[in-house]
Amino acid sequence: MGKTLAEKIVGTHTERPVVAGESVIAKVDYAFTHDASGPLVVSQLKELGSDKVFDPKRVIVFIDHAVPSPRRENSNDQALLKIWAESRGVNFHGAGTGICHQVLAERYASPNTLIVGTDSHSVMAGALASFATGMGATDVAVSMSLGKTWLRVPETLRFILNGTLPSGVYAKDVILYIIGILGGDGATYKAMEFSGSVVDKMEMHERLTLSNMVVEAGAKVGLIASDSNTRRYLETRGREETFLEIHPDSDAHYENTFEITATDLSPMVSFPHSVDNVKSMEEIGEVKINEVFVGSCTNARLEDLQIVASILDGKQIDSNVRLIVTPASGETYATAVKDGTISTLLDAGALVTPSGCGACFGALGGIPADNEAIFTTTNRNFIGRTGNPSASTYLGSPATAAATALRGMIADPREVI
Amino acid sequence: MSGRAWKFGDGISTDNIAPGRYFHLRSNLPELSKHCLEDAREDFTSNVAEGDFVVAGKNFGLGSSREHAPIIIKMKGIRAIIAKSFARIFFRNCINIGLPAVMLDTDEIQDGDRLEIDLSGGKVIDHSTAKNLKFPPLPIEMTSILREGGLIPFVKKYGDLRF
Repeated sequence: MGKTLAEKIVGTHTERPVVAGESVIAKVDYAFTHDASGPLVVSQLKELGSDKVFDPKRVIVFIDHAVPSPRRENSNDQALLKIWAESRGVNFHGAGTGICHQVLAERYASPNTLIVGTDSHSVMAGALASFATGMGATDVAVSMSLGKTWLRVPETLRFILNGTLPSGVYAKDVILYIIGILGGDGATYKAMEFSGSVVDKMEMHERLTLSNMVVEAGAKVGLIASDSNTRRYLETRGREETFLEIHPDSDAHYENTFEITATDLSPMVSFPHSVDNVKSMEEIGEVKINEVFVGSCTNARLEDLQIVASILDGKQIDSNVRLIVTPASGETYATAVKDGTISTLLDAGALVTPSGCGACFGALGGIPADNEAIFTTTNRNFIGRTGNPSASTYLGSPATAAATALRGMIADPREVI
Repeated sequence: MSGRAWKFGDGISTDNIAPGRYFHLRSNLPELSKHCLEDAREDFTSNVAEGDFVVAGKNFGLGSSREHAPIIIKMKGIRAIIAKSFARIFFRNCINIGLPAVMLDTDEIQDGDRLEIDLSGGKVIDHSTAKNLKFPPLPIEMTSILREGGLIPFVKKYGDLRF
């Protein structure tokens, strides 16, 4: 019987081929952490009595969460990580380089690699056909030490996206729609694999959004076969030598297959307080919004900022809304400055912050006031996620965020693009 | 030795367990643990006692990979987490730090029930209802890790990942 993408990739990191359901010890290509979990990784490595990492070139530390540091405690954590990284000779990316997942896609991830990171959105690199998954600090510390991890080869849920995405509907809307169907635990322990004409046409920035959010349905990885678009993305990054064509076998066994006609989809919004509480634009009444946040690993790439800028061009955001834009990486930020995207956003009334995780995780960068409603392009809307447990968080695409910033209430991007 | 059941509902996220607004306390776990689960249940941190149990519904621990979440639950003295189901990363994290996490139909357990766990026997004993609630055994990797008290002691002892 043929193999799924998950079985193929894991199977090249083990001593022999694998099938879904078995537990294996797999070789790790990259293990990474960041300032949110890095200090715990370092203390676990010390506890392990391990003096060095398995291969410094394959270990990465990012400072992306608390940037620029708002508190002494965060500064101390970051200083500790810098000293540790330098003393071990591992890759270190300081504040402003960008969100770990974005920088990983830009500089490290490639087809048929196996990556573990101390962050649930590590699944994003699955868009590059990398078996990338999030684990805790202890698992990642052990991977950094031994260069391997143990895992259960996941069964795969296949999503075939047919048709064409209508104007105003993006990868974010597709993945929210899918999470709405599956529920927040509908893919727990499983791989999700995306294919079909919609995915074939998607550029990497959209594929990354699809893969990024599979963890919101509980999935272990969100994989997309590598193709000419993957190759082009790696070429533009100067990493064409890392390209490898990998796709599932036509007779692979899938636990379930979902066929979705994208042509019928509308913009989607996830309502408080769970990601799977998804409504289509037609089902949404009047929802007043106090803050719009365009940021996070999910949707703050150059193309996302450009969509927002094109909608806001020459206009002013609603006077009752704060619009905060946090580019996904330093490179994104620099390019958006050079091509005029940032000045368009500033002219429309946006507040643009340095690159990092920003307001996504509730410690800095745009914490809402009591009982406020915030519309974000991020990935989670749990109680307290944005730093204020009395706030309500709505999730959607950058285009919906821009339309919402203009009207001061959740608005349909199809009316303004 | 029995402990009290602290009941929680479905979909308790790691943002509920270790809220992001206390991000600056991640390297100060005793202080962070004072806020454990406070957004889900105000009376938990001040009244929980050594040997108690967290009893929850579906998908406990969904969201972020922050291992600080199970660590501070363990620091509050929780003996085991019993839930209908767990999110994947959280579940691994529990086992890796030596905190038993078992799955069974928690509708059978009421808040405040006196519980006891028999890990090797695969059952939770509810002394308040005099019921034995069975749970399926963990995979061999996880029982091996739990037996050593977590993944770090396991790797220290065996020098490798071999189950």
